[in-house]
Amino acid sequence: MKDFFALQNSVFERQGNNSHSYRVPSYQSMIDFQMKRAQPEFPDSAKPIIRTEALHLYYGEKPAFKNISLSIKNNGITALIGPSGCGKTSFISCLNRLTDLLPHCRLEGSIFLDSTDIHALGTDVIALRRRVGMIFQKPNPFPLSIRKNIELPLREHGVRQRAACEEIVEMVLKDVGLWLEVKDRLNASALALSGGQQQRLCIARALALKPDVILFDEPCSALDPISSGVVEDLIAGLRSRFTVVIVTHNLAQARRIADDVALFWMQNGAGRLIEFGSCQQIFEAPAHELTAAYVNGIRG
Amino acid sequence: MAEISTRAEPRAKPQSADGLATFAVWSAVFIVMAIFVWIIGDLIWHGIGNLSWSFLVESSKNAGRAGGIGPIIISTLLILGVCLGVALPLGVGTAMLLAEFTSAENFFSRLVRRSLDVLAGVPSIVFGLFGNAFFCIYLGMGFSILSGGLTLACMVLPILIRSTEEGFRSTPEAYRLGAAALGMTRIKTFLHLLLPAATPGLVVGLVLGIGRALAETAALIFTSGYVDRLPTSVFDSGRSLSVHIYDLSMNVSGGEPNAYATALVLVGLLLIINWTASWITERWLHRRLTTS
Repeated sequence: MKDFFALQNSVFERQGNNSHSYRVPSYQSMIDFQMKRAQPEFPDSAKPIIRTEALHLYYGEKPAFKNISLSIKNNGITALIGPSGCGKTSFISCLNRLTDLLPHCRLEGSIFLDSTDIHALGTDVIALRRRVGMIFQKPNPFPLSIRKNIELPLREHGVRQRAACEEIVEMVLKDVGLWLEVKDRLNASALALSGGQQQRLCIARALALKPDVILFDEPCSALDPISSGVVEDLIAGLRSRFTVVIVTHNLAQARRIADDVALFWMQNGAGRLIEFGSCQQIFEAPAHELTAAYVNGIRG
Repeated sequence: MAEISTRAEPRAKPQSADGLATFAVWSAVFIVMAIFVWIIGDLIWHGIGNLSWSFLVESSKNAGRAGGIGPIIISTLLILGVCLGVALPLGVGTAMLLAEFTSAENFFSRLVRRSLDVLAGVPSIVFGLFGNAFFCIYLGMGFSILSGGLTLACMVLPILIRSTEEGFRSTPEAYRLGAAALGMTRIKTFLHLLLPAATPGLVVGLVLGIGRALAETAALIFTSGYVDRLPTSVFDSGRSLSVHIYDLSMNVSGGEPNAYATALVLVGLLLIINWTASWITERWLHRRLTTS
């Protein structure tokens, strides 16, 4: 067991060192050329990449959350914490407009991604979802081979040359520390992978589209402790390259990886944003009594 | 002593009930198997003697008492081809609309679903009359393989649509959400993920539909007619295998031996078509989806 853990770690670390190759210039220019993507303005970490203003979401008549305004820092990790059912998952689903798929779902307020309102009419939802990727609670690889899982969305977004696809598949699998584990069986089914491997494949699949923001909806809660640790380290490693928004029920995890933390709470039948601040401030000097009670394990 | 026997009693009862249930279940299985074996055995017993290569390729002589069923097999395959050629695209399209683009409680989709369920239960003779009135007379196709195939398509569609729709509905929601989150369009998600995943349901509907179409007599007598010559096109009248069996056993004295042989061919054809359909799907699915 110890050996296995050591092996997992060593594999992961070796892969981790490689991870910066993802942004080598030749690769970047190639992708940008092929995907014909508008270059976003040069990232400025002080500037928020996502800003919501007085956001309300209703499922039919029932409110999911009300009046949420917060700013998400560029290239940082923002953790959303709070008890179940207080609208955290609904909130991040608004950020890539996955709420569009739900019937009877109504949104009020606005969400700005780089100062464009993404819920305005005429927004290119496909392009939006390419920029804002999402990882779900339960790993959801497609019933395809490992390679096809990554290639299918890539092809959809216009990367068609075989060599380019293969290069990207290798890059992103190295990025999530899966390459050494699967390089000999890329054509095997993704469903045969373990839960943790499946979740890392899903992250690789999202990375392949070179998003700016990645939303994680409790990515570790369906995994065993070891896989959970591996995935958590992986998310921490995305800092400064991607903007990460993560919903988690694991307070220790939020404390370990987050830069900013937002506490959601159910009040009067709707989710509310109780407090939003830096990780250190939320955990060490919470301003709101609910926050203090929640982070100290007294309530929630 | 008495204490022991009262304790033992409640155990004895369920055991005998268990034995009875086991016996009942096995008898039921045995009866079903026996009926199947009886039918097939009877067909083979009476039919195998007349079966030969020349029977399969020659045309019938003396109202079917002599000769073979070559043209009839061709007509049957043509009718089935027209039927599936029309029913498959329409069926998959409708199932896609019902399952993917309307919600389960939508008024329109409920109406469509209810109509299909009613249609699936309509007796085939009614379809025959409708086909005769609409395709043969109103659209002026006359007694032809085309009218027969189209009538059969109307009959097969409800089964095909409902089982394909179930196939689509049973695909995990995670595929749709996952694909949408990766910025894939609905149509691409449908083609690359949902359609392959729903194919087993489609094949079940297809196999049931082919069975219903090949077995059909009543609807075809009114629409494709019973001319037993080799058809030159789909606008010709053509006799299907089941109509031939009906004609030989009911209207032609001394036609029974050839009726048996034809029935044997029909059952064989059904098995071959169904096996081929499952085999092709499996191969195709294996290429499209990798699940293990």
